Amino acid sequence: MRIDGKGLIDRTKPVRFRFDGKDYAGYKGDTLASALLANDVRLVGRSFKYHRPRGVLTAGSEEPNALVEVVGPSNQTPNVRATMQEVFEGLVAQSQNRLGSLRFDLLAVNDYLSPFLSAGFYYKTFMWPRAFWEGLYEPIIRRAAGLGSLSGKHDEGTYEKAFAFCDVLVIGSGPAGLMAALTAGRSGADVILCEESHALGGRLLSDNQTVGGMPAGEWVAQVVAELQALPNVRIMARTTVTGAYDHGTYGALERVGLHKPARPNLPRECFWRIVAKHAVLASGALERPVAFENNDRPGIMMASAVRTYLNRYGVVPGKRVTLFANTDQARGVARELMAAGVTVAAIIDPRPDASSVEDCPVHVGAEVVGSRGRLGLSGIQVRKGSEIIEIETDCLAMSGGWNPTIHLTCHMNGRPRWSEELAAFVPMEGAVPGLVAVGAANGSMSTHGALVTGHAAALKAVEALGRKVSVAVPEAEDMPYRLKALWAVEGTGRAWLDFANDVTTKDVKLAAQEGFRSVEHMKRYTTQGMAPDQGKNSNVAALAVLADATGRGIAETGVTTFRPPFTPVSIAAMGAGGRAEGFAPQRFLTSDQASRDRGAPMIEAGLWYRPSYFPKPGETTWRDACDREVNMVRQAVGVADVSTLGKIDIQGKDAGRFLDFVYTNTFSTLPVGRVRYGLMLREDGLVLDDGTSARLGQDHYLMTTTTAAAGLVMRHLDFVHQAFCADWQVRFISVTESWAQFAVAGPKARALVNSFLEVPVELPFMGVAPVRIGGVDGRLFRISFSGEEGYELSVPTRYGEALFRDLVARAETMGGGPYGMEALNVLRIEKGFITHAEIHGRVTAHDIGMEKMVSAKKDCIGKAAATRPGMWGPEREQLVGLKTHAPISAGAHLFVPATEVHRETDQGYVTSVCWSPTVGAWLGLGFLKDGRARHGEKIRLVDHLRGLDVICEVCHPVFHDPEGEKLRA
Amino acid sequence: MRLTCPLCGDRDRREFYYYGAEDYLHRPVEGAPVADWDNYLHLRDNPAGVTKDLWYHEAGCSQWLLVTRNTVTHEISAVELVAERKA
Amino acid sequence: MRYSGLKVITEGLLGNKGWTPAWRDPAPKAEYDVVIIGGGGHGLSTAYYLAKNHGITNVAVLEKGYLGSGNIGRNTTIVRANYFLPGNSEFYSHSMKLWEGLEADLNYNVMHSQRGLINLFHSDGQRDAFVRRGNAMINQGDDAILLDRDGVREHLPYLDFDNTRFPIYGGLLHPRGGSARHDAVAWGYARGADKRGVDLIQNCEVTGIDIDGGVVRGVQTTRGAIRAKKVGIVVAGRSSQVAAMAGMRLPIESHVLQAFVTEGLKPVINHVISFGMGHFYISQSDKGGLVFGGDLDFYASYAARGNLPMVEHVMEAGMTLMPMIGRAKVLRSWGGIMDMSPDGSPIIDKTHVDGLFIDCGWNYGGFKAVPASGWCMAHLMATGESHEVAAKFRLDRFATGHLLDEEGTGSQHNLH
Repeated sequence: MRIDGKGLIDRTKPVRFRFDGKDYAGYKGDTLASALLANDVRLVGRSFKYHRPRGVLTAGSEEPNALVEVVGPSNQTPNVRATMQEVFEGLVAQSQNRLGSLRFDLLAVNDYLSPFLSAGFYYKTFMWPRAFWEGLYEPIIRRAAGLGSLSGKHDEGTYEKAFAFCDVLVIGSGPAGLMAALTAGRSGADVILCEESHALGGRLLSDNQTVGGMPAGEWVAQVVAELQALPNVRIMARTTVTGAYDHGTYGALERVGLHKPARPNLPRECFWRIVAKHAVLASGALERPVAFENNDRPGIMMASAVRTYLNRYGVVPGKRVTLFANTDQARGVARELMAAGVTVAAIIDPRPDASSVEDCPVHVGAEVVGSRGRLGLSGIQVRKGSEIIEIETDCLAMSGGWNPTIHLTCHMNGRPRWSEELAAFVPMEGAVPGLVAVGAANGSMSTHGALVTGHAAALKAVEALGRKVSVAVPEAEDMPYRLKALWAVEGTGRAWLDFANDVTTKDVKLAAQEGFRSVEHMKRYTTQGMAPDQGKNSNVAALAVLADATGRGIAETGVTTFRPPFTPVSIAAMGAGGRAEGFAPQRFLTSDQASRDRGAPMIEAGLWYRPSYFPKPGETTWRDACDREVNMVRQAVGVADVSTLGKIDIQGKDAGRFLDFVYTNTFSTLPVGRVRYGLMLREDGLVLDDGTSARLGQDHYLMTTTTAAAGLVMRHLDFVHQAFCADWQVRFISVTESWAQFAVAGPKARALVNSFLEVPVELPFMGVAPVRIGGVDGRLFRISFSGEEGYELSVPTRYGEALFRDLVARAETMGGGPYGMEALNVLRIEKGFITHAEIHGRVTAHDIGMEKMVSAKKDCIGKAAATRPGMWGPEREQLVGLKTHAPISAGAHLFVPATEVHRETDQGYVTSVCWSPTVGAWLGLGFLKDGRARHGEKIRLVDHLRGLDVICEVCHPVFHDPEGEKLRA
Repeated sequence: MRLTCPLCGDRDRREFYYYGAEDYLHRPVEGAPVADWDNYLHLRDNPAGVTKDLWYHEAGCSQWLLVTRNTVTHEISAVELVAERKA
Repeated sequence: MRYSGLKVITEGLLGNKGWTPAWRDPAPKAEYDVVIIGGGGHGLSTAYYLAKNHGITNVAVLEKGYLGSGNIGRNTTIVRANYFLPGNSEFYSHSMKLWEGLEADLNYNVMHSQRGLINLFHSDGQRDAFVRRGNAMINQGDDAILLDRDGVREHLPYLDFDNTRFPIYGGLLHPRGGSARHDAVAWGYARGADKRGVDLIQNCEVTGIDIDGGVVRGVQTTRGAIRAKKVGIVVAGRSSQVAAMAGMRLPIESHVLQAFVTEGLKPVINHVISFGMGHFYISQSDKGGLVFGGDLDFYASYAARGNLPMVEHVMEAGMTLMPMIGRAKVLRSWGGIMDMSPDGSPIIDKTHVDGLFIDCGWNYGGFKAVPASGWCMAHLMATGESHEVAAKFRLDRFATGHLLDEEGTGSQHNLH
């Protein structure tokens, strides 16, 4: 029911929205919860396990009950707190976790079965027969469990991430936060003020208070106006600081567009990484419920929430309100209600010494022991001494005192301290370096205390920053906080602790009875505190009940750990930017467009895109194109972009010496103008990478790496240099992206290359020379990854595309053309060249037959570890070639023909296969136990997954031109 | 998490690659016994407390850093260049 | 007390007053035949199988916190047998068989659910590597099915097949893979061990290992000295500290691995799914939360909490792979401390001290190994011989070069 003259909503701006198919009206400034309550909608959800009717409990992000699905034009969002969702024109929401309608939820049958669904019941049953678990029990449990629903459709919403930096981060804009922000702001420090709600002011918006002699609302408005005017202060409303991380980093979620109708490019949320030199935690406190029988009915709410709905939204959630509270502070709720003309039927105060002077009936030393009303509260039972009083009421405001909102202080494993005085946990100082808790978050419960501590913390931060400021702290109420801890009212029925997960005091006691006495055991056994509110409403009461059941104090019982995020954060927000291609950088060759122009399918090679093959009219499969390209290279000339290979320019007097150290073989003896194949080991003796290095000058080398290992090798070289030989005269830099490099291979390669050169050169095999191409300085290498006479021509990247197009065009006039990754792979398999399919990280130089490349004359990285007994010898699998006439597959395993196929008879496996148009057979590379001694043997190749079982001949891995005559032609 | 690179200043953890304990700096001499290599490559003190470990400013200056760091609190007390390390 | 559906009903009718403690809370005795240091999954299963398989019941499990307070209670609950290197294959295969009979054996519903695990691949090379793995699984006697893109789509229609950085080429389906309720595994083993006479001693931290003449004599604890004929160190996450008490330096570096759970949702993901191009794996718990994780934070840590870079990487991977989860909200994140070994495989072995044994180095694959690890550690401690399925998990394999490196990333602890 709406109360005239109250609230901060804009009554000139009515907003229409829909809940469970019915249209309602609210005002701008309303939350879905306040607007529903204004429309007298009390039933908004069903509980997790028993499907009990549930209404709004709180007015904040800690809401455990009022979780709804918000339905947008293209998708829906589950588990939205109605207490945080602002209403907007056209908002559509619906209740969740029900079978049937919200009023008649068929799963409410669970409530009647509750004696059999006590804590941990599922661990004790559903075990027989075994097959029924996946088949019957589990599917039923899974369907009944869960809360809201995802649509199953891609989330096409827009999300963003951003970084921010500041001197002082103020978390929360209640009295403590505003005072801190004002103090830090006036000093000139860079300040970020984050407020979870859409309006600044915190509880000053909810409580009728006076600050500095003026109504609190006015003071808030003044301070906010000043902060807004300060260029060094950034106010972030609708922003929840969700986590405290190392070295002053905080995560924060800004709800950018969730309070507006969706429109293109309006981000829904933005996830911030805020780096702050100092942080002031002014997150306030959370009021805690009291456990009594049937304390979960719609209409039973937190007293502070009733106050917020009254003062901030002009809404009263009932006609006859009762108050059950154990602090003096909560009395204000009743007084403000009465002042607004609402009937307060009774105040029930468990403190025997509490005042009974109010303008309504007051029962001191009394407790609420029960409630009635199927879908909403209609009355309560109050025990006063031996008497039970029945009171008609449709809204019970309850308060069991306050828990400081200390969560962020625990995110770095800091344990909170139990305060007997407050009957609450308070932050341990210094638990998060650089963060200071102030105000109610630190147990200063009065407004005065909040202002003073907020000011003091900001002042300290400002001084540490070397700044000065003088700000007067305004006067405010300083009422003592005096409560009698009341966690649970004695009784025999079910009294709820965790509303969201349906955990009652009985469950906690049962856990203790069954030996789950540690607070963590209790939590995990009962699921207490594991629901969407993460126990914000219930953890402390639950461990008080546990402490009681186990005969220990609360401090000794301890508390479970608060972990990030403070409030749940959507995966889309923290994963913003990851959607679709955004997940990883894309690297494109200079020839990319030229390849696409020719219809080449581009495939991912690490971060690169490379052409798979270049289809021609009439070719129906990739194999058609691949076979043609292989033949083209073997018979005429092919052109391939190989710029993805890592290129590292190495210079200095000790460059050769350095290469000798990182390669197994020797490079210091390489003549200028020559290229050598090199093998690089990891320090653990296994093969890291291979490639060629060219000596361009006396003190100048150019190393190439495989595409996959380019970054790895660079990092490795930097380490070896800086860690072991920092004093050597050598420097290097990655030039991978500076050069475009094209392989030109085939019998006509020389002719094609020479057609480009201003001065043709005669290069020997493994030679390198500077060349001029169309007025551009380039390099020519005579190296081959195909087994044909091969060259690699490299030019600065900006000329890459032009050169590629020209190379291909001229090649085509010679019966050649471009070739892609598929053909490149076939060519290298025919020649027995390895890639990372073979050097997969478990392979030694010995395994690939290159042990002789490990120079005996010098030390090198990995040399010592490679001599370990397990790293060589006939029991290891060695590289072999495989040849057959039936299709074979990589990933198949090898067995001796006519033996059983199982792990113990396994002889090896296949790493690469191809149909070889050159050899006219299926070829493979693989690893076979003692393989080099077994050339000529028959071996059985079994691929269960693809249904292949083929006999192959084991052979030398070089199938094509074993003598290398073509290479040297 | 942030690290202060001696060359580049205070930077986000995302810019750095982590290798492992400083043991990797103490490479045995050629011909050292197997146990030395095992110690160097595999065995670790792995303290719950202050340790020294190796980070690489991969998205920055390419320098390897020797970082004195607490493995329990993640507090960083010193950062030096591997190439110019004192010990 | 035997658990059953009937018992749940009769107790329910009687007000649930008759349930007895799942385990006793004994004070430590002065001496045991065997002391197991560590009351996590592996320690509890070791004690259970010592009692059940070997009749050794004069056993104490010493736990510094509460039972199951380590990684058994903070993992992503995946159970699989999809290793491919001999040495690992047979071990995880054995573990899977134990999982399949675990509820009946323990009389405790650990909710082991074989809803199938799918490893996605995104290139021809990855496919071939997974085929090698799948064939190894079948050669071992386990199951694997190769799915092409359409096959994956049939199982997981909600993945982004069209607009993604790394297209899905296919997947390796491991039908017997799945998940289990992690805490229940600890509790089930604890209850079973207790029933067979094992003393489970909580809040008892070991502060020293007594060794005399190269022979273990017992341990010092915060609850006094305890003599023992044999001692097993089963404290993954803290292995280096406890082993140091016996003068050992282990091939282990401790790293933090984060995991995440969302708010409860109606069923939307049935399988366990892992992405091939970024570290991301996900399943949905019976309670409805999406449980997922990624890679290590990559720096040595004992902090049991992580930082945002890996958090965000994991979320980004989720968004590129299955953008339908975007509106699920992460409820909680946490970190576990992993014993990272230099080849990614564990250690179950004797030590240089007579009577002192160690089970450690589980990297981030320890949960599924709990049954077989306990089985093999118990076998080793009872007989003095390695169990045949754990024969390669030797402490000296790094020195000798007999590595079990499934990832192929070599002797850098955090790369496994």
